[in-house]
Amino acid sequence: MENDNKATGAFEPKLVAFVCNWCTYVGADLAGTSRLKYASNVRVIRLPCTGRIDFMLILKAFAQGMDGVIVSGCHPGDCHYTVGNYHARRRWILFRSLLDFAGIDVRRVHFAWVSAAEGAKWADLVNKVSGEVRELGPYKEYQGLAGKGIA
Amino acid sequence: MEELKNKVRELLKAGTVQAVIGYRAGSDEKTARVAFVRQPDEADGLILDPRCTDNLAVYLLKPEVKLLGKLAIVARPTTARTILQLASENQLADGQVIVLGVSADGKAVVELASFEALEKFVGQVPAGLTEEEKVLLAKIEGMSREERWAFWQSEFARCIKCYACRAACPMCYCSRCIVESNQPQWIPVSPHDEGNLEWHLVRAMHLAGRCLNCGFCAKACPMGIPLNLLTQRLAEEAKAAFGAVAGGSATGEYALSMFKADDKEGFIR
Repeated sequence: MENDNKATGAFEPKLVAFVCNWCTYVGADLAGTSRLKYASNVRVIRLPCTGRIDFMLILKAFAQGMDGVIVSGCHPGDCHYTVGNYHARRRWILFRSLLDFAGIDVRRVHFAWVSAAEGAKWADLVNKVSGEVRELGPYKEYQGLAGKGIA
Repeated sequence: MEELKNKVRELLKAGTVQAVIGYRAGSDEKTARVAFVRQPDEADGLILDPRCTDNLAVYLLKPEVKLLGKLAIVARPTTARTILQLASENQLADGQVIVLGVSADGKAVVELASFEALEKFVGQVPAGLTEEEKVLLAKIEGMSREERWAFWQSEFARCIKCYACRAACPMCYCSRCIVESNQPQWIPVSPHDEGNLEWHLVRAMHLAGRCLNCGFCAKACPMGIPLNLLTQRLAEEAKAAFGAVAGGSATGEYALSMFKADDKEGFIR
């Protein structure tokens, strides 16, 4: 999986964003219709709600060659399903501590609240995360696991 | 000990229960195994000593064990907490099982027929990690991230995917586990570095805030992986972040079954 910048040959991070249908996806859409320019490193995957974003998706993203993951949805109090993001937040708190304990680089997993009106926040978030993960370099540690074969 | 045997005989003779789950001697003097006592005279074979560490609550939800009829179970405080946690997850009804509560020193036996009595029983025993467990956790937390990664990779590399940890765990009662799902195949079947890591993280996450820290998973592991450290870490986090401790009440909520509008985190942008 080649992530490098075709023009300069420099490393370009591959990011995946798991976003909720009602806030962040619409916010990202707003960034597009507002003609905001932001880093093109991110692939957006739309799910019904942050409550639907299983932690396995995050692990699978790394296994499939992603260098960073963004998880984003409605601000607390704004969930389309009333409480999905509150449940998600608890899960993130525990999952993040588990990742850290297992030695996985939590600087590569970013959680955010981006509302449907925050196109600019979305663009800014993607730019910042791209920059941070670019600094960290490719996540070879995790991506290497799949190639190692049976132990 | 005689007290326990007498209680078991009494319960079976009176027909209050049809079977009692307890411990009997294993194949050598170091081990104990589970006993399903169905006749009063079989109670003679029961034992209760430091060998008896297994969390017997794992048998309560097995369909073939449920067929035996109404059950009584020999339970140390951790097993009693497990039963309460199962109840709070609607897996056991009040009065479905009679608990023969054994005090932490293994001497006194009390009959606990209701969850209310069980809650009082576990309330007398402090829950949480022992000092040694805390020291070991702190040691791993004190490592650099790279060291932790290397530590867990070397531990997980030994995993043979036998799922003994899952079979031993009383909280792993799903009739269809995520590792049996093959569309999509979330976790590779073979003992492979990627799948091993994913399996242990999934197992820990599915037990987050529910684990009673009986340590049976780590004892069951034939490769000696200290996998209860993962669930211990999550239990500590659930306690620190939400004040949630599993197994205190039959009706209470646990860390991930509820939320508060003002749950605190410092990492969401």
